[in-house]
Amino acid sequence: MWSSLRGRFSLWVGKIFGRRSVKIGIYGPPNVGKTTLANRIIRDWAGEDVGVVSDIPHETRRVKRRKDVKINVDRSSIKLDIVDTPGLATKIDFRDFLSYGLEEEEAKKRAKEAAEGVIESIRWLDDLDGVLLVMDATEDPYTQVNITVIGNMEARRLPMLIVSNKIDLPTASPVKIIEAFPQHTVVPISALKGNNMDTLYDGIYEHFR
Amino acid sequence: MAYTSISGEKMVRVDMISEDLLASMTSAEKIRMILDGVIEGKILVLERGLMPEEEAKLIEATMVEISPEFVGIEIESYPAKERRSLMDRLFGRTKSQARLTVIGSPNQLKTIKKDRGLITALISEV
Repeated sequence: MWSSLRGRFSLWVGKIFGRRSVKIGIYGPPNVGKTTLANRIIRDWAGEDVGVVSDIPHETRRVKRRKDVKINVDRSSIKLDIVDTPGLATKIDFRDFLSYGLEEEEAKKRAKEAAEGVIESIRWLDDLDGVLLVMDATEDPYTQVNITVIGNMEARRLPMLIVSNKIDLPTASPVKIIEAFPQHTVVPISALKGNNMDTLYDGIYEHFR
Repeated sequence: MAYTSISGEKMVRVDMISEDLLASMTSAEKIRMILDGVIEGKILVLERGLMPEEEAKLIEATMVEISPEFVGIEIESYPAKERRSLMDRLFGRTKSQARLTVIGSPNQLKTIKKDRGLITALISEV
């Protein structure tokens, strides 16, 4: 309650004086394309990448923040702090990493770091002004991670935009996500190919300004 | 841990926890009860589930305990319902209503299908 009030007051003061960046967390389960999206946004507007991507789950195991990314939309702009977070999960088994060719010790270390990353992601929820919740458009949207993040954003009354990623894949079904969470705005994109990013930037401006 | 009946069958223990019992517990007590239950091999069914903030704390507490032996929890619930009384509408407040939740070890509880109105899962002994 207090963190929600503090966050909204801080956002309001920032808006009044027009000098504060809006802190936006990129959240979601592992391997939905959070870092690919963070890289795409930061590359589009600041010309650099924020993190490494790979097919192995939990590649991002530390929160990465890129400050003051200015996004121009029509004749206006919004300044964002992009916070790329490790994938949220309720279970992490080091054995799952062995199938990606990791040695046992390396897999155990990755599992431990991934668990620490989840904790860090959750703690960041208290310090954000809004969230981009990334879902994989080829997967079932009713995961517990999605439900928990949406529940937390609704309880904190913070703005959230759902990003339906990977629409470039033939099995993608962004409609499933739209039907699953009709009370929220869903923007279908491909962060990898850059499809529909302009619509996302419009949405970011509308939701977080 | 599986339980063995008098006739020697392997069985899984399911604890169904009422809304009243949950309401009498603090968040910390609920989270400890859930983690202890999962570690002991129980399947827990919470009549009223956890609040979103409590779910986040549960995930955090689960991650603290992750090890090669304990790989976490399987938790399934429906999306929270919004409940708004007249006073809430007047003051622009929204309250989330926690809903039925099933929790167990990922080695025991496998979710097959889930949508807005149905959760289908398989339960096995460890």
